[in-house]
Amino acid sequence: MMLVIVFGASFLAYNLQAYSSNPLSGFAESTAVNKEFLMAKVIRDLQLDVPPPIRYFSWLRGALGFLWGDFDLGLNREDIPVIELLAQAIPVTIKLVISATILAIVLGISVGMITAIRQYSRFDYVMTFISFLLFSLPIFWVAVLLKEFMAIRFNDFLVNPQISTLTIIIASLFLGLVLAGFAGGTRLQFFLVLAGGAVFTAVTVTFMEFSNWFLEPSLGIFGVSFLALCNAAIVILLISGLESKKGRIAGLGTAVAITALYYPLQLLMSADASFINVVAIFSITISTGLAIGYAVSPIDRRVYTRIGLFTAFLSTFPLIIDRYLREFSDYLVSDAVNGRPVPTIGQAKDLLTTKQSENFWIAGLDTALHLILPTIALTLISFAGYVRFARGSLLEVLNMDYIRTARAKGLTERTVIVRHGMRNALLPLTTILVNDFAGLLGGAIITEGVFGWKGMGQLFNDAIRGYDMNLFMGVFVLGAFLTVIANLVADLLYGVVDPRIRIRK
Amino acid sequence: MSEKKPSIQADLKENEVRNVNRETLGLSQRQIVVRRFVSHKAAMASLITLIGIVITVFTATGFRLGFGSFGVTIPGWWPFSITDIDPEGAMASVCNGGVTGCPTLDLKPSFIDGDGIQFGMHPFGTDIIGTDYFALVVRGAQQSLMVMVIVSFLGIIVGTILGAIAGFFGGIVDAVLMRITDMFLVTPVILIGAVIGFKFGNLGVVPLALMLGFFSWMGLARFVRTEFLTLREREFVDAARVAGASNRRVIFKHILPNAMGIIIVVGTLLMSSAILIETGLSYLGFGIKPPDVSLGLLISEYQGTFNISPWLFWWPGALIVAIALCVNFIGDGLRDAFDPRQERNISRKERSNARK
Repeated sequence: MMLVIVFGASFLAYNLQAYSSNPLSGFAESTAVNKEFLMAKVIRDLQLDVPPPIRYFSWLRGALGFLWGDFDLGLNREDIPVIELLAQAIPVTIKLVISATILAIVLGISVGMITAIRQYSRFDYVMTFISFLLFSLPIFWVAVLLKEFMAIRFNDFLVNPQISTLTIIIASLFLGLVLAGFAGGTRLQFFLVLAGGAVFTAVTVTFMEFSNWFLEPSLGIFGVSFLALCNAAIVILLISGLESKKGRIAGLGTAVAITALYYPLQLLMSADASFINVVAIFSITISTGLAIGYAVSPIDRRVYTRIGLFTAFLSTFPLIIDRYLREFSDYLVSDAVNGRPVPTIGQAKDLLTTKQSENFWIAGLDTALHLILPTIALTLISFAGYVRFARGSLLEVLNMDYIRTARAKGLTERTVIVRHGMRNALLPLTTILVNDFAGLLGGAIITEGVFGWKGMGQLFNDAIRGYDMNLFMGVFVLGAFLTVIANLVADLLYGVVDPRIRIRK
Repeated sequence: MSEKKPSIQADLKENEVRNVNRETLGLSQRQIVVRRFVSHKAAMASLITLIGIVITVFTATGFRLGFGSFGVTIPGWWPFSITDIDPEGAMASVCNGGVTGCPTLDLKPSFIDGDGIQFGMHPFGTDIIGTDYFALVVRGAQQSLMVMVIVSFLGIIVGTILGAIAGFFGGIVDAVLMRITDMFLVTPVILIGAVIGFKFGNLGVVPLALMLGFFSWMGLARFVRTEFLTLREREFVDAARVAGASNRRVIFKHILPNAMGIIIVVGTLLMSSAILIETGLSYLGFGIKPPDVSLGLLISEYQGTFNISPWLFWWPGALIVAIALCVNFIGDGLRDAFDPRQERNISRKERSNARK
């Protein structure tokens, strides 16, 4: 069935593209002496004398070759195999979209769920408006704005990092408001959180300004331990509730252990490190967290082990980010960067010396900086959809009878929402997630164009403008196939995570 | 609401239910929907804004009806068109240290720090050669709005018909139609749009919109089908059959009116995605081509001059966002209005009044 759908879709696309393009149009104004000969050559090479519906089958024979181990998508018009071009382009596109998608999912779902819990609050109204606004933004417009304000102005700012007092006040109030909106509660609590958040931001930013942080950024052991404690608090709040003493021991103990591991782990982060070192760091921290959680209590051991695991996992990111940040000052003054770190276009700096590009941390920092703008743009655009989805889904679940039963049993509000509400609200998400990941490869055409990345979108663009039939079909079939597979996976996965579906069938 | 004072808690819920019922008592389905929609403030504000934009855009620079040499041109009230060049006017308005063609629109009242509210010759400024930018933006918005209307109209018609047939008849018809829908669905719209736009973009906006419309009905068809699958099992359909109604009559008179809600809601979503796709295609160069104008084309043309003359970039973008935002809010209001399960949003004030 799947193959039939892909077959039909590719037949459709092939003919559409064949009939709407004319590879000979370039010859109309040509004055070459051997015009006739060139035209005949193009016609012969591209088999233009065969009508497209029949020509399709000669392409299909190669494409179906994977059945007998002779997969062939043909050559593009420069005689490079299409499969090779695809193999080069796919990693680029994945690199471009993966972090944005994960960010959008995590942020979107958490914000959406909070708006659902605080339905009809001011925070809900503001977030609803923002998500509608983001939903209506054309990505190319956002991209230009980001290039201007996030890249060019930020680079200008780095020349002389001075922040005016007014900016600090506005930014602090804004962050305080966001935090207070998240926290909710009574009016007094609201203003307390607002004031606390604002003062904290103001102090941090002022400190950053005076310690020359923007030119020599790093988190240091204090930053890492602070972030680890924050992570621990969130994880404890979600899994066991802050009132549980053993939960606090598991989470905070893990955070303290990560802090203690700060200096020993630096040994693993030397200049000749590689991806394996990162894996090693993660396995060390996670096993520490697991051990602490396991040792806390023989009763409810799974709960505390989970707290240790999640705290350790989340707190390892600050550790690694800290290492990247410490390369920043060297990176900033190097010839390739010349004091303007945030690029507006491209995938990597060409001018990096061999020594630099072989350094795992500098190369990573370079990639990360190139990813910043596209990631923000893509996140902003897709964030809105997840907010709306998560909000609607959780609201629907919270109206169910089993939620009322759970409340009537006297469970805490946290257990009701996290265990009974969120888990069920996340079920329909599997379908959307899988489909979104499949749509990613074809979905970033505009983004790739705006930011000058050479991925699938670029190939597609080349294919249409160059009347390149095989290239076009390669890109197209890959996208169609991924979508079909994603649908299948989503169906299977849904049966796994939601037993009700299986029973009904 | 406050004339009654229930003393015990149990009366509270009953009171609220009665309030809700009283509002819908004796009203037809359509009246309930209209009333709910009108009370949705964001949707109403968006509707008024959108109507304002549409009227301004289609009356300002004149609008051509018809194809080729057959057609009527309705003149507009704006003195400039997209082909008029007014270098003197552009030179007259200088800002930011020597940049010409700045917007003459001034919204600063005289008591703050301005010359009073005035529009001037070129409220949106002029482009580099002195073409009035208001005329260009208005022309672009005309194109985008036309694409939006045609695409959603076609999408709604095709999607409704196919979805209705598949859902109503079921069986082999359903299976075949749904596989065809899947075939269209696995092809990302932007890919198809690029192919179509590359071929039809230079023919003008109507052929482009027609072709895009033929490739954007799939989502709606699926929704309509699901709706029909549940509705055809309902008692009123059996009743109609017993009364001897034909298939056509059952579909159009009995089921379709009940499925209107989902059609209208998905239709509005289609509209907002259509305008984003059209501007995106034009931006990439696959949509409307110069010398004609589109909002996406204007943005791609002037993104490089952002530092020198930012208004050339702000206006078209702001208009795209405004139109899409309005359509999205209207869609949200319609969804609330059509959803029978939706509890009316009882504001905090009313609730505390009811509690008294």
